[in-house]
Amino acid sequence: MPTLLLKNGRVFDPSSKLDKTADILIDLQSGTIEGIGKNLKPPPGAEMLDCSDLLVCPGFLDIHVHFREPGFTAKETIASGSAAAVHGGFSTVVTMPNTDPPLDNSSAIAYQYLKAEQAGMARVFPMGCITKGRAGEELAALGLLARAGAVGFTDDGACVNSSFLVRSALEYARALGKVVVEHCEDHDLSNGAVMHEGKVSAALGINGYPSAAEEIIVARDIRLAKLAGARIHVQHISAKGSVSLVREAKKKGAKVSAEVAPHHLLLTDECCRDFDANYKMNPPLREPSDLDACLEGLLDGTIDCFASDHAPHTTEEKSQEFVETPNGVIGLETNIGVLLTHLVHKNKLPLKRFVDAWTASAARVLDLPGGSLKVGGPADVTILDLDLRWQVDPARFKSKARNCPFAGWKLKGAPVYTLVGGKVFPAIGATMKVPAKQKSARSR
Amino acid sequence: MAWTRKHLLDLESLSKAEIVEILDTAASFKEVSGRSVKKVPALRGRVVVNLFYEASTRTSNSFALAAKRLSADTMSFSSSGSSVSKGETLIDTAKNIEAMGVDAFVIRHSAPGAPHLLARHTQCSVINAGDGCHEHPTQGLLDIFTIREKLGKVAGLTVAILGDIRHSRVARSNAHGLRKLGARVILAGPPTLVPPAIAAALGVEVSHDIDAVVEQADALNCLRIQFERKAGRFFPGVREYAAIYGLNEDRMKRAKPGAIIMHPGPINRGIELTPELADGDRSVILQQVSNGLAVRMAVLYLCMGVGAQSVAAREEVEA
Ligand SMILES: [Zn+2]
Repeated sequence: MPTLLLKNGRVFDPSSKLDKTADILIDLQSGTIEGIGKNLKPPPGAEMLDCSDLLVCPGFLDIHVHFREPGFTAKETIASGSAAAVHGGFSTVVTMPNTDPPLDNSSAIAYQYLKAEQAGMARVFPMGCITKGRAGEELAALGLLARAGAVGFTDDGACVNSSFLVRSALEYARALGKVVVEHCEDHDLSNGAVMHEGKVSAALGINGYPSAAEEIIVARDIRLAKLAGARIHVQHISAKGSVSLVREAKKKGAKVSAEVAPHHLLLTDECCRDFDANYKMNPPLREPSDLDACLEGLLDGTIDCFASDHAPHTTEEKSQEFVETPNGVIGLETNIGVLLTHLVHKNKLPLKRFVDAWTASAARVLDLPGGSLKVGGPADVTILDLDLRWQVDPARFKSKARNCPFAGWKLKGAPVYTLVGGKVFPAIGATMKVPAKQKSARSR
Repeated sequence: MAWTRKHLLDLESLSKAEIVEILDTAASFKEVSGRSVKKVPALRGRVVVNLFYEASTRTSNSFALAAKRLSADTMSFSSSGSSVSKGETLIDTAKNIEAMGVDAFVIRHSAPGAPHLLARHTQCSVINAGDGCHEHPTQGLLDIFTIREKLGKVAGLTVAILGDIRHSRVARSNAHGLRKLGARVILAGPPTLVPPAIAAALGVEVSHDIDAVVEQADALNCLRIQFERKAGRFFPGVREYAAIYGLNEDRMKRAKPGAIIMHPGPINRGIELTPELADGDRSVILQQVSNGLAVRMAVLYLCMGVGAQSVAAREEVEA
């Protein structure tokens, strides 16, 4: 029986309270974990991966990515997106339905599953639309979407501004055991704005939108979820006020969850000063106090998990005038490095919470499989080198897109291998040309 | 001082010394305008291209004439009837024009930052002739030039900018330039047309009480309501606007004796400014237009001149 031994790593899984140097034995036929323990004896002929000095975690999940297929394959495909995922340390991703045509019917969902299987890299779980054609007017066939395997419902990229429709979707989703997932933006108030409303937008003469446009919908959806007795998930939370609303609601027992993107924890609207479209996304980069609030929310559990909102666009699209370029930045291949460097290594975020927010907590939000290391469970594993020094060079990305706000950043810590069902993919840390020690000795 | 810039993208990034350099250079060019032969050979053989994505006869004519007085050749591309209207990107359009061997782009565009984007993709000089609601540096400079000429100084003066601040690139450029030269700047208008964070963003004061502002101002710069940018959605109606926020003779009775009235044009007569005031003794509106020519000559001369060139050459060596 083909077997793989992950040898001598620091096995780290907050959900199983694991933090010890151990081996993991993987049955490659079934793609499951056969054993976790010290000095495991592999059967003869077993493959071995030396994990000394590496952190061996459950496979990371990014529950908010845009893979653009069908419809926008110049930006990304399911194959290129899946390659970016495993290269960035992610064994599982959840794709958003704002494709062309949108994922508002069961065959569209089946198509993404098929493409993902053909690609054979990350596990890809699509979300279905809340409304037909993402037009915000009629409910999509939520029951059939769920039956086809949609793991949640969202019109992401747009908010469902009709309270009636959101209520209906919540009631439907409750019966289906699914979550309604909202891009929270009062479009009437944001009114086509392309950045955060504040000092920077005022100086640049750019139409900005206030945090209130997000907060209004967060507040509304919490109310509607209570009314329907259903679960609501807040995507890419960005505003201080939204964090407070979710915190208060959770205290009162509301069934609400939230995710935050790395760029909303690390970058502010000041980045837009040079009109660089690689800092343009929706929700927009906000102010330092919003970043602080998001981090606080992450620390106290108000915010459940990370999610990148990986939103690929072509270089041509992103090198237009700031107000004209499409919203979004990519994140799959920088998520881990930027957060390790700027939150974990700076002691702002415990390693345990960092791993949890990419694994068990992310899986829990959408009831996805995975997120923990268990004997008998899937051999989805993310292996990190916490000390690897590297520099972000978008030319090395597996994603088709280069719209990365962290280009040129010098980082410490990277994924080196991603395992999906026991299959090993080298991650960005392993494809570095210069080993860690040489690099640090040579740089400056 | 030695001028080192190849582009004029905004006044926010200019130093006080650089602004003064432009104003002083403009003053010497103004003298040229008074001669019978109004040309100097400073930019002979150089090509200046007007790239206008928003209609504007006034500013494009002013730049074209300024270039001609410096003996440069001029070309103009407007958004209608060219490749621009056929969906070509700004960068592609500019690169195609650049390939003909031009030296400077004077660009007007509805998108804030379009000149900054262009400057990153071209070897030519880029002069911002107005980018959306962001900046209009030569208008700011000519306004400051006019104030300095009429009132003898800038530092210590109180300059009020009135009206549609939200949509005004003129207000932003004026505020940056005036602040650097030591003036006190008050932005005044209806609350909805003054963005909430603008005082902090520009280091200026904000008021919604026009009468109080008129009493304090040495110069009153009235802005046009930008109906083309849907400014009408931000206030209840023009009658109400004229009554509460417009400048009229009655209101001007409170003004300081020597206070001047300015307007970047074109005027919505009877809304932000009454015809009597626009054409009255305090008005310096036509002087603003003639000063615009001198200021634009100075800007083209400095950015395309020998000093700027040697800097560009130096940059290439360093890169
Ligand atoms: Zn979204």
